Amino acid sequence: MSSPLLSVSHLVKRYGDATVVNDLSFQIHPGECLGVIGPNGAGKTTTLRMCLGLSTPDAGQIDYFDGLHMPQDALAIKSRLGVVSQMDTLDPDFSCAENLLVYGRYFGLKDAQIRERIAPLLEFGALTSKANAKPGELSGGMKRRLSLSRALINHPSMLLLDEPTTGLDPQARHLMWERLQNLLQQGKSILLTTHFMDEAERLCDRLLVLDHGRKIAEGKPRDLIAEHLEPDVVEVYGAGALALAQDAELKPLAARIEVSGETVFFYTAQAQPLLLALQPWPQLRTLHRPANLEDLFLKLTGRQIREDA
Amino acid sequence: MSTLHPAANSAPSHWRAPQLSMRWWPVFLRNLLVWRKLAIPSLVGNIAEPLMWLVAFGYGLGSLIGQIEMGGEKVPYILFLASGSICMSAMNAATFEALYSAFSRMHVQKTWDGIMNAPVRLDDIVLAEMLWAAFKALFTVTAILGVMLALGISHSWKLLAAWPVLLGVGITFSCMALIFNALAKGYDFFTYYFTLFLTPMMFLSGIFFPRDQLPPLVRAIADWLPLSAAVELVRPLFMDRWPEHALRHGVVLALFASLSFWVALALTRKRFRS
Repeated sequence: MSSPLLSVSHLVKRYGDATVVNDLSFQIHPGECLGVIGPNGAGKTTTLRMCLGLSTPDAGQIDYFDGLHMPQDALAIKSRLGVVSQMDTLDPDFSCAENLLVYGRYFGLKDAQIRERIAPLLEFGALTSKANAKPGELSGGMKRRLSLSRALINHPSMLLLDEPTTGLDPQARHLMWERLQNLLQQGKSILLTTHFMDEAERLCDRLLVLDHGRKIAEGKPRDLIAEHLEPDVVEVYGAGALALAQDAELKPLAARIEVSGETVFFYTAQAQPLLLALQPWPQLRTLHRPANLEDLFLKLTGRQIREDA
Repeated sequence: MSTLHPAANSAPSHWRAPQLSMRWWPVFLRNLLVWRKLAIPSLVGNIAEPLMWLVAFGYGLGSLIGQIEMGGEKVPYILFLASGSICMSAMNAATFEALYSAFSRMHVQKTWDGIMNAPVRLDDIVLAEMLWAAFKALFTVTAILGVMLALGISHSWKLLAAWPVLLGVGITFSCMALIFNALAKGYDFFTYYFTLFLTPMMFLSGIFFPRDQLPPLVRAIADWLPLSAAVELVRPLFMDRWPEHALRHGVVLALFASLSFWVALALTRKRFRS
């Protein structure tokens, strides 16, 4: 495999007594999309801030491209990165086109050069008709796409995106995903943090699962699911569903049983016998589906009340 | 944890020397572009109030006071007041921009965060904000000087020299204000700066009345205030004379400016490093 664009090794960050990033190592290779998932406070944003040189690690090393180090070579690195932060930092006094122009100047680009890039970037963000509108007149999805377009003004080879679709409605989210996939097809690399497992599954070649600042799993989404979970899940909910978690007939049919709120989750390699055994309870609602990243996430980060808890 | 490398770069001190480059220019240009959209209303606000003070006090109070003695020469009160209040205008314009406007960009709009995702250092952003506030001060005093010339308050050619001096006054006060910008949690905090620092300084620096009216101890302190230095440099130019002890007053302004910039930068770095 070609040498990594970003290589993070043994990164540590402490705030007072709390260690928010703990011995974290990962790499991103050209053309790859790496997703960082984890509960709130897992250290995702802190890691991203250190990768951007906005926060100094207590230990560890961050190397980019061909031998550039963060934070010593921060400016040289940032001139080749595109960043979309969690909060929009768009200029409210400028139109969409002016936002791109002004941002391009921070990269030392000439006005003529930036002006050539504005129309294609607005088109990429599906914002052509909004070229003269100010961010205050845009919807949440448009603002995020403007932030993404703005991050592309310097033709970066790698993008760092902190929760790019948080707060968007499904249509806006799908459009964002389509744009990000488009960028991956163009050969750009993406480091992305997200709370949405469907987003991680759809976009990311590889995932990094963080909890309490530590890496608790890393791999391709499908591989991680296969490695940690049974292939099928049967969810059962409704009045009396919780009692089934202790049912002597059902228990042997599931490899693992979890209870969360009012729902019982049966994890199994063979769903049919289990579904048949559930027929005596027609008043209960059952949902049979393949195991997904959300199951993995909940299993690894332990948010559910376990059957044996 | 033997696997951990010690960071190649242990967190650098916030008090290290400023690391400045020409990257401040696009940040300054950004502020200029916003301001161009709002220049006319902001111009009215910037010059209307100081002129009202000047007219009300200069002509109103001036007719009661008549002449005032300055360095063995009798001058009309309005000339005395105009030459002091132009310094106050420079101070106020720079301060407002470096407090309220810079704080909006830094804290409320997160403009600085966006800029720092591009290859621009925080040091250059702070420099750009400082120079921008000084430019606003220069713009304001230029407009007021124009009106003063039109009113015939002074016609000295030496006023041309007042112009760069007032830019220096703008720089000094924007540096000082940026310290409070770095410390602020919200806009309310700036009231302390105005009430505890700027308002007393306004009365102690010889803008409305000569400093020799002050009790000796207060006078001894007031002589070293940056606004006093500004007035000492600018007032003689209005009277068609060169200032005495120009070097001393210039050094006072330069010291306040450079020390304040250093402190403001250190505190801003601290704020952003968390």
